[in-house]
Amino acid sequence: MSWLTKTLTSSIGKKLLMALTGLFLCTFLIVHLIGNLQLFKNDGGYAFNNYAVFMTTFPLIKIVSYVNYALILFHAFWGLYITYKNRQARPVGYAVVKNSSNVFSRNMAVLGTILLVYLAVHMSDFWYKYHNEALPYVKYTEQISSGNIETTMMETGYTQEAKKVESLNEAAGTKTIIVKDLYSVVSFSFQNILLVLFYVLSMFAVAFHMFHGFQSAFQTLGWSHPKYTPLIKGIGVWVFAVLIPIGYAAMPLYFYFLK
Amino acid sequence: MTINLKVWKQKNAKTSGSLETYKVDHVSPDMSFLEMFDVLNEKLVQENKEPIAFDHDCREGICGMCSMYINGQPHGPLEGVTTCQLHMRTFNDGDTIVVEPWRSKAFPVIKDLVVDRSAFDRIIASGGYVSVNTGNAQDANSLPIGKDKADMAFAAAACIGCGACVAACKNASAMLFVSAKVSQLALLPQGQPERESRALNMVAQMDAEGFGACTNTGACAAECPKEISLENIARLNREFLGASISSTGV
Amino acid sequence: MATIKLDAKVPEGPIGEKWTKYKSSVPLVNPANKRSLEIIVVGTGLAGASAAASLAEMGYKVKTFCFQDSPRRAHSIAAQGGINAAKNYQNDGDSTYRLFYDTIKGGDYRAREANVHRLAEVSANIIDQCVAQGVPFARDYGGMLRNRSFGGTQVQRTFYAAGQTGQQLLLGAYSALERQIGKGSVVNYSRHEMLDVVKIDGKARGIIARNLITGELERHFGHAVLLCTGGYGNVFYLSTNAMGSNVTAAWKAHKQGALFANPCFTQIHPTCIPVSGDHQSKLTLMSESLRNDGRIWVPKQKDDKRAANDIPEEERDYYLERRYPAFGNLVPRDIASRAAKERCDAGYGVGATKMAVYLDFKSNLINKYGRAEATKLGIENPDLDTLIRLGKEVVKEEYGNLFDMYKQITGEDPYEVPMMIYPAVHYTMGGVWVDYNLMTTVPGLYCLGEANFSDHGANRLGASALMQGLSDGYFVIPYTIGAYLSAEIKTKAIPTDHEAFVEAEKATRERIEKLLNIKGKQSPESFHKRLGKIMWEKCGMARNEKGLKEAIAEIQALKKEFWSDLRVLGDIDGFNPELDKAGRVADFIELGELMCIDALNRNESCGGHFREEYQEDGGEAMRDDENYMYVAAWEHKGESQWELHKEELKYENIKIAQRNYK
Repeated sequence: MSWLTKTLTSSIGKKLLMALTGLFLCTFLIVHLIGNLQLFKNDGGYAFNNYAVFMTTFPLIKIVSYVNYALILFHAFWGLYITYKNRQARPVGYAVVKNSSNVFSRNMAVLGTILLVYLAVHMSDFWYKYHNEALPYVKYTEQISSGNIETTMMETGYTQEAKKVESLNEAAGTKTIIVKDLYSVVSFSFQNILLVLFYVLSMFAVAFHMFHGFQSAFQTLGWSHPKYTPLIKGIGVWVFAVLIPIGYAAMPLYFYFLK
Repeated sequence: MTINLKVWKQKNAKTSGSLETYKVDHVSPDMSFLEMFDVLNEKLVQENKEPIAFDHDCREGICGMCSMYINGQPHGPLEGVTTCQLHMRTFNDGDTIVVEPWRSKAFPVIKDLVVDRSAFDRIIASGGYVSVNTGNAQDANSLPIGKDKADMAFAAAACIGCGACVAACKNASAMLFVSAKVSQLALLPQGQPERESRALNMVAQMDAEGFGACTNTGACAAECPKEISLENIARLNREFLGASISSTGV
Repeated sequence: MATIKLDAKVPEGPIGEKWTKYKSSVPLVNPANKRSLEIIVVGTGLAGASAAASLAEMGYKVKTFCFQDSPRRAHSIAAQGGINAAKNYQNDGDSTYRLFYDTIKGGDYRAREANVHRLAEVSANIIDQCVAQGVPFARDYGGMLRNRSFGGTQVQRTFYAAGQTGQQLLLGAYSALERQIGKGSVVNYSRHEMLDVVKIDGKARGIIARNLITGELERHFGHAVLLCTGGYGNVFYLSTNAMGSNVTAAWKAHKQGALFANPCFTQIHPTCIPVSGDHQSKLTLMSESLRNDGRIWVPKQKDDKRAANDIPEEERDYYLERRYPAFGNLVPRDIASRAAKERCDAGYGVGATKMAVYLDFKSNLINKYGRAEATKLGIENPDLDTLIRLGKEVVKEEYGNLFDMYKQITGEDPYEVPMMIYPAVHYTMGGVWVDYNLMTTVPGLYCLGEANFSDHGANRLGASALMQGLSDGYFVIPYTIGAYLSAEIKTKAIPTDHEAFVEAEKATRERIEKLLNIKGKQSPESFHKRLGKIMWEKCGMARNEKGLKEAIAEIQALKKEFWSDLRVLGDIDGFNPELDKAGRVADFIELGELMCIDALNRNESCGGHFREEYQEDGGEAMRDDENYMYVAAWEHKGESQWELHKEELKYENIKIAQRNYK
């Protein structure tokens, strides 16, 4: 065995892979949230739909997103594998257990599994549809001088080769773009109370997972210091376990109640 | 007071065990938990029943031999004490107390509440030392060690090797035990020459013994009778990963 | 059988040169031959672990045995206060000679000069060795080692690691041992109890050990056997020893011809937590180091019912400071213990049982530490609360774990109210007789550490037990064993089917079966308790002829009852703590008798041995150097029969005087 496999298959190495992938996914959480904040823009989905095109066409982003998908799957299944191995370390269980540890920390695998199911639903709801189904198209006509945007739905059955068709009408002083209307898919989906509930509850799972996960990753990396660890723990709780899940949960709630 | 006990009885490593019920009368609040077991065992002998086997030795909280999992917690409900220092005044008259052995694949049950913790010895033998033969040493004061470092090393060295960390951890992980020794020696100048190999070898041995991996739940430190800090586990992670990357062994 | 002639084999020459000369002239074993020489080490405490590790480092093949589940559990681990060494790091006038002198004087002139001087000589090396192993001794801010004082000395030569010095030193020795186990040069047998020494042609050639998990009897060969099995304080049932501490290995050796020396020299430690009830299984020590800062007192008024904090300063009797102004609270243990007993017997005792005295930290906590801290922090005219708060922090650092332990056991907070303490059995100075080489009267059988009798005379000074255990193991036996093994290089390993092994195993098995087959009514524990009561009452802190004679008769009767009414449940071929205990109690009973015989023989008071008939008017011990300046070494001659051999003690380098701590 080479030193690398030896390291990574040791008990600490296994956790290192969880920590590193976990932290990567933490950055994804931030980026994804910031991107999706455009859903809140009152522009008929102009910014959001453009963003969707950018995310699915820009080569570097594409690579990153496929890496991201792979890491999500790795993080999930590697985590389940570690959990399985850890279970084997105690073949006979206790009759009575009074836990002195944090409940989330003990149930990362359960929370993780919930999140995996959530991701499957989420991806099939939007990602799969965006890539594979006949989505409605929308045309945005921008008045260049004023910046006013006019939104027109394309007729049913309209389709185009490119993800984004852009044209300039110099005479009229307008810029026209036609893109898939993911925004209205989102808006439509979140009219379903069950789905909204599922999304919101899943965000609790995110919160709990992050409550332990973020600082735990630093502990696994060995980054512990009396001066900085409290800061890391604070970020883990307030940013990753509170702010970010609230941000995500706000989206379905926004569409359900306000749109 | 009267205490009802449910105690794990198991004849040996090959058989399976079960919880048996006992009742102990005339328990004094000043008794230690183990003295309550002495009373019970004496009673069992009088009744011609085989006494309960349990590990114990110094009965002053330092040898690390006693090892009872009491009402779901290693060494019982109090913080920072071993079973032998737990006194009956902590319990109430009529309480039912469930007593089990440490449970871990790496700590097979020998009998009743007695388990085999020799895995810990093998981990120490794999690197928990400074290789200094008798007679090799220089003058003790020729190696000044700052008080803060010395105190931290001492706090880590306070581990008594009882195995409560393993018993408490949902993964039966031995990380707190291993990290305490690695930390003690990594913090001291004496430990530097073997710093890398120590971390690598001790972790390898720990894994070979069948302990689980650490998932940072913190139960070990919360239940440690010597209050060894989680900080040590972070240090072990650091030492191990650093050593994996920088050691020249391929 | 030829009569035994005691020869201490002390090298010739001036005291300061004996050991140096010895080391450079002792026969050596070359490295190739060491590999074919096997050594058995029984016990893995400070002496055993350090000896096994050092011998294995030198190349010998070593086997270690311990009854605990790991070598690290040996009772050395419980030593609290510290370890002495003549380093003179404090620049307070310490020297090898002074440590030697203090130890001989502390031992009330009943120790062998040459051994003690050697101990003092190697003491400094021990600290170096331990520090090199990573033992985290207490340090000052500048990184240098700290010291504190212990009883019977006027210098600060005690090195310590909070109240866990024994633990740290043992873990150092244990790690050295584990290193050798990892290398394969030591094979360790945990949960094994030695049950006999096997002799072939008069020489110790191995042991019979019982695997305590399977019950199997095992035969192990060794060119030499080292007993490092600790003291026999548990003969008193209640002591500060661990529950498993026992005399069995030493006693089996004794029955195989090793003389047992000065068995009546037992140390009663002055500062232990008092007994609270009949259920009590052991006593807990509060380190002697506490006497650095704690003041011992009782009320001046008899039967004073007030709480300690309500008794004003002028109504307190700091009796140690009053009687021994020069050493005050830091008089040796035997003196402090007797003084406490004297006060309690006279009716001044405190607590529910009236068998306790106060150990009070308040005044030093406030005046010494509180004020020093306040000055350090630049607080002018600090109020009492501030002083207490600051003082507490320092006391916590020095003795925190002891205070916690006290609170845990008694339920009282010693930061607020004075501790209550009373003397308890702690250490045994007597033990297997050994010569300068640490060899017993059985060739090839050695005895190290507390198990032997050698260095502490009639009373051991605080922080000297750790020193002796490690000195024997690290620095003495590696040299002295060469003197014997160099003549054994031609001896091939003897197969364990040799008839001596077969017979020894058979005898051991028969004895175990006998214990199991009595099928009486009383548990081993109950016999142990009864023995302890006899010993404590009649051979404890104060002894007299009448009591000792009664004790002997009572012990003999107890023995008879033991062998006819013992009940040992459980199997012979499995893990059976009852059976282990029964065997140990049987040996304790025999030892108890010998202790009383020895105490009866010694018509003087010295050190830990106080015969009421021999005291001065003030209650001070009256030694009889004329008639008893010898080591009483007892040869086992049959049931309840012993023959006394005397090793006369000569003091050429110390002027003998009455011990004076006034």
